[in-house]
Parts: sequence; C-alpha cells; structure tokens
Amino acid sequence: MDTRVEKKKLSLRERYHLMTRGLGWEPTYQPTEKVFPFTAYEGIKIHDWDKWEDPFRLTMDAYWKYQGEKEKKLYAVIDAFAQNNGFLSLTDARYLNAIKIFIQGVTPLEYYAHRGFAFAGRHFRGEGLRVACQMQSLDELRHTQTELHSISVYNKFFNGFHNPLHWFDRVWYLSVPKSFFEDANSSGPFEFLTAISFSFEYVLTNLLFVPFMSGAAYNGDLSTVTFGFSAQSDESRHMTLGIECIKFMLEQDPDNVPIVQRWIDKWFWRGYRVLTLVGMMMDYMLPKRVMSWREAWEIYGEQNGGALFQDLGRYGIREPAGFRDACDGKDHISHQAWLTFYTYDPVAAFHTWVPSDAELDWLSAKYPESFDRYYRPRLLYLREQQAAGTPVANKNLPLLCNVCQIPMFFTEPGDPRRICYRESVYEGERYHFCSDHCKSIFDHEPEKYVQSWLPVHQIYQGNCFKPGTDPTAPGFDPIKAVLDYYEINNGRDNLWYDNSEDRRNFEAWTAEARGN
Amino acid sequence: MSIDLKTREIKPLRHTYTHVARLIGGDKPATRYQETLGAQPAANFHYRPTWDPEHDLFDPSRSKIRMDQWDDLRDPRQFYYATWTMARARQFEAVESNFAFVESHGMLAALPEKIREEALVVLTPLRHVAWGDNMNNSQICATAYGAAFTAPAMLYAMDQLGIAQLLTRFALTLGDAAELERGRDAWLRDPTWQPLRRLLEDSFVITDPLELFVVQDVALDGLLYPLIYEGFVQDKLVPAGGAAVGLLTAFMSEWHEETVRWIDVVLRKLASFSSENATTLSGWAEASIARAKEALAPVAARALGEKAPAVLGDAAESLQRRLAKAGLSV
Repeated sequence: MDTRVEKKKLSLRERYHLMTRGLGWEPTYQPTEKVFPFTAYEGIKIHDWDKWEDPFRLTMDAYWKYQGEKEKKLYAVIDAFAQNNGFLSLTDARYLNAIKIFIQGVTPLEYYAHRGFAFAGRHFRGEGLRVACQMQSLDELRHTQTELHSISVYNKFFNGFHNPLHWFDRVWYLSVPKSFFEDANSSGPFEFLTAISFSFEYVLTNLLFVPFMSGAAYNGDLSTVTFGFSAQSDESRHMTLGIECIKFMLEQDPDNVPIVQRWIDKWFWRGYRVLTLVGMMMDYMLPKRVMSWREAWEIYGEQNGGALFQDLGRYGIREPAGFRDACDGKDHISHQAWLTFYTYDPVAAFHTWVPSDAELDWLSAKYPESFDRYYRPRLLYLREQQAAGTPVANKNLPLLCNVCQIPMFFTEPGDPRRICYRESVYEGERYHFCSDHCKSIFDHEPEKYVQSWLPVHQIYQGNCFKPGTDPTAPGFDPIKAVLDYYEINNGRDNLWYDNSEDRRNFEAWTAEARGN
Repeated sequence: MSIDLKTREIKPLRHTYTHVARLIGGDKPATRYQETLGAQPAANFHYRPTWDPEHDLFDPSRSKIRMDQWDDLRDPRQFYYATWTMARARQFEAVESNFAFVESHGMLAALPEKIREEALVVLTPLRHVAWGDNMNNSQICATAYGAAFTAPAMLYAMDQLGIAQLLTRFALTLGDAAELERGRDAWLRDPTWQPLRRLLEDSFVITDPLELFVVQDVALDGLLYPLIYEGFVQDKLVPAGGAAVGLLTAFMSEWHEETVRWIDVVLRKLASFSSENATTLSGWAEASIARAKEALAPVAARALGEKAPAVLGDAAESLQRRLAKAGLSV
C-alpha cells in the first residue's frame, strides 16, 4: 500500500514559504477594505505584497528554540548579579543615573513598540511582513520585561528607579520620549514602520541602544550589559526589517518616494532630538566614558548615516532635511542639556552634578571647538555656587518646543550664543518650536501637534496637582505639589548627587565591602 | 547535611517597583511575573491615533466591558516572555521527537490510506483557521487595555502561528506541497468550510476587543479544539490505526488544555466585576457559541459522519459548563 515515493527535501526558503506564505487569503464575505482598513489612507501604494522579502525566515519552532536558550542564559546572570550584590562592583553610583534615564525613558518605549507592532502585524497585508512585525512585537515585550527584571535589583538599593511607569506618563522630561513614540503609534502602519523600524532601529540604534549597553560594559554593570548582548540578535532582526520596509515601499511605486522622504525628514529629526538625552548621558553620566557624543555622532551619524542616504539615492531619496543642522549640533547639545537638567534637578527623578576637574579636561579634549569657550565657565560657576551652599536651581518653568517637547535651550545653527526660536500661528494660537525642523513637522500636520500634552502648560493650567490640592491656600508650594503629583520622593529621587542618599549608601557599602 | 556559605547582607530600601506594589498589595518581594504587570502607559496621551480618532492610544472604552483595575486580569500560568518561550521550546522538543519517532518507526507507512486521507482533508484547512486566530489575537493585543491581558493575547497569537506551521508540517509529512494547495482550495471553495470561513471573516471586523476575545478564544477555539483533537483525532482516528496522527498533533490538545485556564480566569474576573459585565459577556458567549456550532457543523459532519451532532453537542455542553463556572449564564 505504500505507493508514496521518497519526498524531495525542501530548501529552507521553500519550507519557510510554505510555512508562512499562503496561510492568508483574500476575504470574500467581508470587503477587503473593511478587513484591512488602514493600508491605504497614508497614500502608500503597494501592488504586490508578496514582493516583501523575508530576511530571516524564522518559523515559530526555531524562534522559541533560539529565544528560549537566550532567556535561560540571561536570567542566570540576572539572578547571580542580584544574589551577589553585583552593584558593589560598579565604577561609581553616579553611573546608575544613566540607568535611571533608561528605565524611565526607554523601557516604556519598548512597550509602545510591542503594541505598535502587534497593530502592524494585524493590519498589514502579506503574511511575510506581518509575521516579521508580530515577531518584533514579541521581542519588544521581551525587552520591556527583561529590562524591568534586570534593573529591579537597582531599585531595591537605590532611588530614582521605583516608579518609572508613573513618571513616564507625567514627568516633564519624559514627555520627550513619550510624545515621540505616541507620535509613531498614532500614525498609520507605514509611517510607524518608517519611524520605528527604519529611522529609529536602523539609522539611530547605534546612537541609542549601543551607548547605553556599552556604558554598562564600561562601568561594571553586568546585569544590563548581559541584557544588551542578549538583545543584540533581536536588534539585528529589527534593523533588517527597517531597511527592508523602506526598500519595499520605494520599489513598489514611484509615488511613494515623496511620502517616504517626508517621513524620513520628520523621523530623523524626531529621533535626533530624543538622542539629546543620550548625548548628555554619554558625556556626563558615565564615570568611565565610552566615547564622546561628538565622536559617536561622527561615526554613526555622519559616516554611516551619510553612506546610507547616499545608497538610498538610487531610489530618489536624499539625506534628511535636518541632517546638516544635526551635524552642527554635535559640539553643543549634550552640554546644553546637562546644564539645563542641572538647574532643574529639584524636579527630576535622577541626580546631576558638576564633573570633576579630570572630567572637565576630558570634555575639553573631546570638544576643542566649544567646551572651554561656552560650557566650562558655566559649569565652574555651578560648582562655585554649590560649594557656597547656594546651588543654582531654576524655579521658572521653561518654554517647551511644541513638537519635540524639549525645553527651548538649543541654539541657532552656527551661533551657539543665541537661543533658537521659531513659531507658527494655527487657528489663532501661537505655537513655539526649537528649530526649523520641529516647526516644519508641526506645519505639515498641525491638527496632530496641537494635541501635545505639554508638561509645563499642564502645570500652569493646574492639571499636575493631586486631587484635593488647593493652590490658593496660604504658603502653597507649587514645586512640592507637582513633585507630589509626580510621586517623586523629594530629597531622595531628585536633587544633586553630592548630597544624595545614593552616594552615602554606595560609599558606605563599598567601604564596608572592601575593608575589614 | 547542609553547608552554610557566608554572604553579605545589605538591607534593601524597598522590595519592588511602586506600581507593582500597588497591584500586589504593598511593598513586598514580587515575582518576576508580577513585575511585568502594569507596564502599559495609562495617562496624559498626546495624540489621538489617526486610525481611531475616537479613542486614546490605549483606551478601555474600546470595549463595552468595564473594569476599574485592568491589571487584575492575571494569567494563572504566570507567563511572561521568558517562561512562555522556554515552555514552548520544551514542548516543541517533544513535537520534534514525535515527528522523528513517527518517521523512524515506519508509522507513516503503516498509516491506513483512509485515515491519512481523512486526516489531511480535515486538518490541512485548519492552517487558515489558525492564521485567522493569529490575526484576531494580534488585534486583541493591539487594541485591548492593560499589559496583564494584552501580553497573553500576543502569546496566544504566536501560539496560533506555531499551530498553523505545525499543521503545515503535518500536511507536508503525510503528503506534499500539493496537499497545502488542496487544503487551501477547500478552505476557499468547498461548501464544508464556507460557514467557518465566513465566521472568521466576520470576526475580522469586530472592533470591541473583548467581544473578539469571546468570539474567537472562548467560543470558536472552545469548540474547535475538543471537536477536532479529541472527537476526531483521539477518539476516531487513533483507535482506527491513526496513532501517528495523534502523536503529531498532541501539542494542540495540550495547548488547549493549558490556555483555557487563562481564558476562564479572565472571564471570571470580568464577570465578577459587575452584573453588567456578566450580562454582556453572557450575551456575546451565547450568540457566538451558537454561531460557532453552526459554522463547525459541516466540518464536524465531514470529520465524524453521523456522530457529528453528538460530539459537537458534547463540546458545546462542556464549554457551557466552563462558562457557568466562570460566572456567565449561557
């Protein structure tokens, strides 16, 4: 009865094709536009969804196997680190402020990506593209959770880690990453992919993810760096999805080119603005530095980014509109950001400080064009005031850019002594921007950006006090009331490092660990 | 005997994250699972989605169901990414060895032709059902509220992709690529499958994520898995010489048994929150079970012949018992 002949062995490509392609079908009982309602409204034209190339050809069994192995190893290290008080081997507890920024500002973004890719994985056509998005949704869920798990140990012993999700939704500086990702998730699926997979993952990952993880490696943070290594292969998959999706759109129809170009202009600039926080982290927050922001920008931004956009030139894509201005900022943005955060540290959930003399010299060497001339004197002034017991704290709330939501501290391209202001009027209201590029993002889609939840406006409108707060009561302290709404423990999570509980504890614990 | 290593104890300042402490009743050591709860941003959203301007990005009002604490919808399996991935990796090692066993022991050659044909005819089109299930659970993850519930929905979606691929491999093992074409053709044209395809396509346009959960995970999967993997595979094919079919699809029964634990706990939590919830869920469940029964009837008839109504009826009854236990009246 066995008439079946020996079967031809399928190639990996054929096998993947059968395993994934052909699972879907054209609906006939419901109109296609109702089943897939979001593939057309952005104006992107796709003629053949099957032209999407699957770069990894992962099936679920293989996915589970690889990822399961990685998780086993990662959690073994996280456990060992926690069990053995691994934080005692850090270069210095100042380092942890970089990780505070990470869990406050980056981990929630992983979560947004998880939900955003679930949406894209449902709503695109074509099984190949959808499966790639779904796997990324899973990976992002992984990153959210493994970050919460690997950083959990720091939360037990240090301040500024305990309430990251609550802070993310409320605290002023966290509206920068929050509005960035909500902008992406509230866009259509193609813009979402351009924003996150291409601009963020492909173009900017080396300037975001890598500096944090390298910083961890340089500063004795075994828990975080192990997470970084473990996430590396996920990240390369995500980067590949990013470049493939751009090529896919560009190859499908020439009408897509101007749309994609506008998105690249927008998302390059949006991403670059978020990176200000990373630049500051690299130049100021790592006791053992990896490289300067300027050096990182030159390698990953100017060289790699430049080559990429040259390569995309064959599709009619040019470098992002803000590219030159971003290059111009490399000597300035990290210093401008740190100076701002220092003076607003009373309302931030991490510590700042004035760098030591050796660190100031490092900055002079790395920033010969700008540091000694514009920034060292200001830092020395802050140090002087702090030594005199009158640290400089800014009690006036800053004007925020309506698009990137960063306080208006950036200077004019080519003139680091003049703050850059731009504005637009829309329906009788005036809106303020930090740059030509944030203004142009607004001008193209004002109906979106008038919705921005600007933390400073919200404070002034009285929306950032706990219910029951009476701002007219005698002796009302608005800063304390806002900290209360933020759930920042005044005197523990905020203010300068020198007098912090983190510093006292770390010094006592390490002294005890190293002496008898 | 035990030995005692000396270690340094440093007294921690706190035991877990504040948002986790709030969910587990105070600052105490939290499990890894508990530390994944509450991860969804929940306030001060900036922009309405251009694809759903009526709602915030994460918005509980997408559903008719109301809850005051969505992170109460805990997963009794306590799955987070790592435990889920490692569990599935282990289960697929077993799947792998079952395939190897079937092939090395000549079980395929010993499979009666009639059984082989029947298995392929009934199981191959189910690849597409699993893909539809994957779409619906991705949608639930994207549009429902709260990390506690949406994360397991995504895991469910990917489990369904795994099942679609396992069924593909099954068809390729018992036959060849032409079987996939035959199955697809039946799915698209054979009258046996049309009511089921229609049900799925109608479910693709449901906008309430919890209604979709009831239609897909509760009703359709609640009937389909017992009908196919117990009634058809275990009770009919295996005793008739189809042990190989039973081995190669063992994952599905195991998976179903595991996931109903999650589904039932979610239903119980939702229903116990308010009588309005219980009424809404019961209404959805009643309608969607009736619809799923109708849609599965021709498939059941193809699989089980005259026994079909009894087997499908049993499956519906046991599903109703599950729902009654969860506090629904169906």
